[in-house]
Amino acid sequence: MPAGLTVTTLFSFSVLKKRLVKLVVNFLFYFRTDEAEPIGALLLEHCRITKEEENVFSISFIEEPERKYCFECDSEEQCQEWIEALKRASYEFMRRSLIFYRNEIQKMTGKDPLEQFGISEEARFQLASHKQ
Amino acid sequence: MKLNERSVAHYATCDSPTDHAGFLRKRVERHHHHGHHGTSYQRRWFVLKGNLLFYFEERESREPVGLVVLEGCTVELCEAAEEFAFAIRFDDAGAKAYVLVADGQAAMEAWVKALSRASFDYMRLVVRELEKQLEEACASLAACRKSPRRSSSGRRRHLSNPALPPVQEKQHVLENGYSTWGSGPDRDGGYTKPPPLPPRRRSAAGSSVPALQESPVSPETTCFAKLHHWYGQEIAVLRQEWQERQKRGHP
Repeated sequence: MPAGLTVTTLFSFSVLKKRLVKLVVNFLFYFRTDEAEPIGALLLEHCRITKEEENVFSISFIEEPERKYCFECDSEEQCQEWIEALKRASYEFMRRSLIFYRNEIQKMTGKDPLEQFGISEEARFQLASHKQ
Repeated sequence: MKLNERSVAHYATCDSPTDHAGFLRKRVERHHHHGHHGTSYQRRWFVLKGNLLFYFEERESREPVGLVVLEGCTVELCEAAEEFAFAIRFDDAGAKAYVLVADGQAAMEAWVKALSRASFDYMRLVVRELEKQLEEACASLAACRKSPRRSSSGRRRHLSNPALPPVQEKQHVLENGYSTWGSGPDRDGGYTKPPPLPPRRRSAAGSSVPALQESPVSPETTCFAKLHHWYGQEIAVLRQEWQERQKRGHP
């Protein structure tokens, strides 16, 4: 088993199931503990990570906020680590961070930091959301 | 394999930033029942959001029929019979490549450029670079403002620098875009509540530490190949069943 993986339990309709859970970019994959192939994945965009009771956090999605995917960790510390990691796991979060930094640097230095990389006109780095 | 399809479909069609969109023809390998193989192209509406490339049957479709996760892949021009063709190929040898055909030279170049920069890792790289630059800008600002009585201990270049702008954890986090969209004209003013700095990758992590932001170029990206295959397969099966029913109804 590769280092860095954590074993947690997943509630599904009030049944606890032990699963291996792995965060890869903005996806949360889950595996049966003895299998190499994932049995499922959650795309972590437009989701909310909430601390539930002790050692438990949940993931819910914007279009269906009552439906919660719950995860029980081995410790409160592990629970907090997962919450922090998952909150930052979306592409949209990174995009907002980037736009924020770009803005701040521009305010402080008067220069657009993306110019040196030749990517200042890239659609993905613009402040305003746009439609094609 | 399970996926939160409803959420995925919602994300694909909502008004969150679209990085590129347009019609492309997608190569399809057909396997006929008598073992004959053929190649054809299907015109689809493609939407790129972040590191996800969705494709729809029609521009107005409410659900994507396919999804490609752009991690661990290269985008290159294609020596195909078709003009303006390019391919998305994955490091994982088992994963199938996507051959796409644009309408013209400009469209092809725009797609290749957009797709090449779509990975999560690339975005993370740029974010880290800007984070560093912001630290440096703050540090030099602090150095300028330093009182001459203080001993110059050099510029402290790490995250706990008090001269940094208020990017503390206490700030309200807009979690994963949950509350951003449709929240009104909140442009420059809206960014006074900055997201917290992304965490540094931990080194020498014990097995009790969760996998923070795994590198996409790793064996684990085989997960995505499975996801692509599964997503497209479900729809293909449904379509086939529908076509068969139609055939039976029309002798």
